[in-house]
Amino acid sequence: MPRQKIPQLICPAGSLPALKAAVDYGADAVYLGYRNDTNARNFAGLNFDQKAMLEGIRYAQSRGRGVLMAINTFAQPGRAADWQHAVDGAAGLGVDAVILADVGLLDYASRRHPGLRLHLSVQGSASSYEAVNFAHREFGIRRAVLPRVLTLAQVEMVIRNTPVEIEVFGFGSLCVMNEGRCWLSSYATGESPNTVGACSPAKYVQWDRSPGQMTTRLNGILIDSFGDDEPAGYPTLCKGRFEVDGETYYALEEPTSLNVLEILPKIASIGVAAIKVEGRQRSPAYVAQVTRALRAALDELARDARHFHVKPEWQAELARVAEGSQVTLGAYNRPWR
Amino acid sequence: MNNGFSIPRFRLPILVSAIGAHLPQWPHSLALATALNAAAKLGVLPADNLAQLEGRCFVIEVLDVGGQASFNYYKGIFRPLFKVPEVPDLCFRANLSAFLQLLVRQEDPDTLFFNRELSIVGDTELGLLVKNMLDAIEWPPLPKAPIFRH
Repeated sequence: MPRQKIPQLICPAGSLPALKAAVDYGADAVYLGYRNDTNARNFAGLNFDQKAMLEGIRYAQSRGRGVLMAINTFAQPGRAADWQHAVDGAAGLGVDAVILADVGLLDYASRRHPGLRLHLSVQGSASSYEAVNFAHREFGIRRAVLPRVLTLAQVEMVIRNTPVEIEVFGFGSLCVMNEGRCWLSSYATGESPNTVGACSPAKYVQWDRSPGQMTTRLNGILIDSFGDDEPAGYPTLCKGRFEVDGETYYALEEPTSLNVLEILPKIASIGVAAIKVEGRQRSPAYVAQVTRALRAALDELARDARHFHVKPEWQAELARVAEGSQVTLGAYNRPWR
Repeated sequence: MNNGFSIPRFRLPILVSAIGAHLPQWPHSLALATALNAAAKLGVLPADNLAQLEGRCFVIEVLDVGGQASFNYYKGIFRPLFKVPEVPDLCFRANLSAFLQLLVRQEDPDTLFFNRELSIVGDTELGLLVKNMLDAIEWPPLPKAPIFRH
């Protein structure tokens, strides 16, 4: 019986130990970024300086794994050269692909480095095959990462109508799933992933404790308060609880993580090229736990797709590190359109 | 990433913290500051990140032990504080098991934070910097002693 073709597993690396954990536990490729605002996880102390970058690339590639560099923020006025230098640097380092969102930068990369493999970032917000094919025609992208707004049927529709490889999210914290187009962080702080490389930047976040309660404020705006036994979420507007018509609840979305284990056979059968794990901001422990569980699931799928079933230990491992300790299939199984 | 052994989640009896809270706290501060200086000297802590800690004061509170360590980073050296600052720049609070799980990278700090097992109060950006600094440390591999095996 031919083995089922399974998607590649793409794992996050915010540090060298996280990269090594991803490689050691079975990622097919890791994605990483420079220590600056050219990538959408520009957090204090996170990411790679030149020395760590070199060692990380060597560690992964010498073991036959890929390294994808995220340069997925939007070049800011007067500073386009910073983003162009990042692309030049990535090409010079010999990464396997760069993940870009800005069409100006895609244009630069395709002209300047015709041999460099380009992936369209989720921040590029291409949610239709027309958008994906446009980036393919104009810039020669080889893969697109789809925003988490599509049902599985819609993902399949994209795959059937494009020569571009399609990557989807497989696990990790969900945002309002409007990647590249979300203004919530800008509304509260004037800064967003597209502009400074961080959603709800930490300098605007204030956690205060009082007996029996913790409150979270973002640039002075109260976004949540937790009793001592309540789980917490990331301090973003979309995860806040707000009073609407006299009721206080998660008005935008609950803190939760996407988890596609249950629909892995379907994801593979429709021809998804790769699944991505969210979380460059998370620790090496998270990367190890998630990579290990998903690797085991994908290997099981490759071995015997027809009898694939989700093992409780995989789910338990993933549920443990999920935001809000709960998981969802997100838009993939949404019955409405 | 627990290399074959794991630290269970536990909470020490209340009596321990009741006694611990009445013991002098300066030995914890001194021990921690000494260890941090040793780590900095070994080059385990990146210099550019360390520079961002300059002039800031920190409190680490181990709740179920009733112990507290406070220190600052001043002129490139971690110094124990013998009087706990009223409003430190950053305060980490957790039970001993959570700190141990963090130390051996068995648990992810965000997970502990979501589950309310780790509290981070103060300058959030400084907290993120410290968290990411600790995550980026390349610890030497654990010894292959039988105690570390299944």
